[in-house]
Amino acid sequence: MSAMDHDDDYMNEDDDGDDYTQDTQESWMDQDDDDDEDVEEDFGAGDGFEPVVADRDIKKGYQVEFEVHSIDDIVAFQTQEVAHVAGILGCRPEHAATLLRAFKWNKERLIERYMENPEDVANQAGVVMDADKQAVFSKSADGFECQICYTDDDDLDTVALHCGHRFHTECYAHYLQQKICEEGESRRIQCCQSKCTAIVDEATIEKLVPPDVLTRYRMLLIRTYVDDSVHLKWCPGPDCEYAIKCHVPQNQLQEVVPTVRCKCGFTSCFGCGLDDHQPCICILVKFWLKKCADDSETANWISANTKECLKCQTTIEKNGGCNHMTCKKCKYEFCWVCAGPWSDHGTAWYSCNRWEEKASVEARDSQARSRKALERYLHYYNRYANHIQSAKLSSVLLQKTAAKMEALQSTSTLSWIEVQFLRKACDVLLEARMTMKWTYAFAYFLKHDNMRDLFEDNQRDLEMAVENLNELLERPIPGVEGTGTLSTQNSSMSLGGGGVGIPTTASDPRGAPLSPLSKDISSASIPGTATPPPAAGAAVSVEEGIRVLRQQVLDKMGYLKTRREVLLTDTAQGLREHRWMLNVDLKTGVVNE
Amino acid sequence: MALPKRIIKETERLMAEPAPGIQAIPHDDNLRYFDVIISGPAQSPFEGGDFKLELFLPEEYPMAPPKVRFLTKIYHPNIDKLGRICLDILKDKWSPALQIRTVLLSIQALLSAPNPDDPLANDVAQHWKENEQDAIKTARQWTAQYAHA
Ligand SMILES: [Zn+2]
Ligand SMILES: [Zn+2]
Ligand SMILES: [Zn+2]
Ligand SMILES: [Zn+2]
Ligand SMILES: [Zn+2]
Ligand SMILES: [Zn+2]
Repeated sequence: MSAMDHDDDYMNEDDDGDDYTQDTQESWMDQDDDDDEDVEEDFGAGDGFEPVVADRDIKKGYQVEFEVHSIDDIVAFQTQEVAHVAGILGCRPEHAATLLRAFKWNKERLIERYMENPEDVANQAGVVMDADKQAVFSKSADGFECQICYTDDDDLDTVALHCGHRFHTECYAHYLQQKICEEGESRRIQCCQSKCTAIVDEATIEKLVPPDVLTRYRMLLIRTYVDDSVHLKWCPGPDCEYAIKCHVPQNQLQEVVPTVRCKCGFTSCFGCGLDDHQPCICILVKFWLKKCADDSETANWISANTKECLKCQTTIEKNGGCNHMTCKKCKYEFCWVCAGPWSDHGTAWYSCNRWEEKASVEARDSQARSRKALERYLHYYNRYANHIQSAKLSSVLLQKTAAKMEALQSTSTLSWIEVQFLRKACDVLLEARMTMKWTYAFAYFLKHDNMRDLFEDNQRDLEMAVENLNELLERPIPGVEGTGTLSTQNSSMSLGGGGVGIPTTASDPRGAPLSPLSKDISSASIPGTATPPPAAGAAVSVEEGIRVLRQQVLDKMGYLKTRREVLLTDTAQGLREHRWMLNVDLKTGVVNE
Repeated sequence: MALPKRIIKETERLMAEPAPGIQAIPHDDNLRYFDVIISGPAQSPFEGGDFKLELFLPEEYPMAPPKVRFLTKIYHPNIDKLGRICLDILKDKWSPALQIRTVLLSIQALLSAPNPDDPLANDVAQHWKENEQDAIKTARQWTAQYAHA
């Protein structure tokens, strides 16, 4: 069964059609799923919001099937495959391994080809299957000279692969070390002899190289295994050593965004390896990032809207339809169309107009088009950038939330687990901001039709849910010491903003320290901060206030999650149905405004 | 650092039985550095020319291949302006069982049989493919102009 057979069934729960075989595979997959649960289940039971998190095992319309594999999993899997093939072909495991590597681990194809022509397959892979013709370690005989070091001493330790090319073991070890450590070779290390195609198998390498080189060799084998497989990729998370397996093929990336979440916690796109970019498809992400990196848009704006006075170089902005321009500074009068002095025009105006009519109309139209295009771009860019900016401030929000959680625990009877809802709300908020950010990039590439209007309705609802939760998280908790101070800082560094423009907080991305010393004058007037520690009677109402707040946070968080689900599910469905009309040529990246 | 036995023996043998049409002499002050002269093979456009090369045995030799470069200008699709040579055994097909002698013989063979399909000098390769007679004429002219003692 070939790998391509599964390109369509990545959505299915059932993984039987895998290019690995069923039974061996599934046992280690199951293990994985179990491990996976440990990662996310760090919110204790009984805290009243299970429904919010319990939905994660059911695949949504925008999610794809994937598995996370550790290096140990991969090794164990390879060992099973090798043993299986060795059993079928009746050969040594190291030879089965060499054959499998030559066939890029396509076991079915290997066995099929081998049954047809065992000699050919073995020769091409550089293996001799005959168990009697293996690497031979022996003492050198008379007249032997190692062709690497030219030593001809008696009693040298030597080794020859099945091909019979005999070398000094010391030189062989040195050669292997060079191949492995300097050249990064693993899969196809050939005999030392020039043009000999015999492959040095794993068992021979084990006997020849020191442990550190062997470790590196094994690591390289695993690397090539992952690199050779179209369904496996290393997690791009920092220092992460897990590999992700996903069956979404490259040619479906215009219809699905294959977001995968590694056990290390890193969420990425399996298609392009970038950070998760739901709901925007890979190719549009690429175009968008290129557009943002390209400063020419700003230059376009300036050329579309302004000209320099030919006399004093003051920048003049054209804001009316009249071509008769007068510089405010030096009073120079000129023609916007041809930039010549207006005095030359007068009766000759018509000739200017007529002569340049086509060109000038085009020029004006292209200026107008350019201006319109830029305004449109800035509309989306400002909103996109706002969410990036807000996300950059996530560490501040998390810090403040942590402080709030501490304050809650010390002020109320809530336990550590019971205050985790704040932390969870922060995570949900940040995740939603990342989604929001990419909705703007996606919308930029949508043609204006009813479908885009519907998309933008969903987008607006999500935007409002984001800002509402953000606002709530930054609100001081009545009667809880320390949370008012935080709120003051928040007000000077709105994490959400209205959605338009870069928040003014950009100048202070790290935020003020959390120490009470950082209180500014206004913070003293915030109710709650200045109140003395609650009296015994007041404690009840503080508890009550917290309970209310907690319920509000849970409600808004639940609503936000729902809005995000709705948007992602609908967008993913639209992609599958080809419902979204794009204004961009996917081959060239050219946008037709 | 002392010179490995391999290099000493290999040099001795190379001096004792030089390959026909090839001369390789180590520098007195650096036994890893060789002055090489290859005579243009008969029936090739390089016939009659003496081509100077430099050959250096790096620290890792023989695990890594020698470094070889033409010093004499030559019109050849697999040799570029800087004298660098496109030859598989000088790269991934190197084996520690190969020697200076085999490398130089391979270079000599490359002069007899240029391979414009695996070019290093693209313009020369193009010329060779489009008009082999004319390219050979240019190669002869260059041989006469640059490779005569
Ligand atoms: Zn040796
Ligand atoms: Zn061999
Ligand atoms: Zn990871
Ligand atoms: Zn992607
Ligand atoms: Zn002026
Ligand atoms: Zn004019």
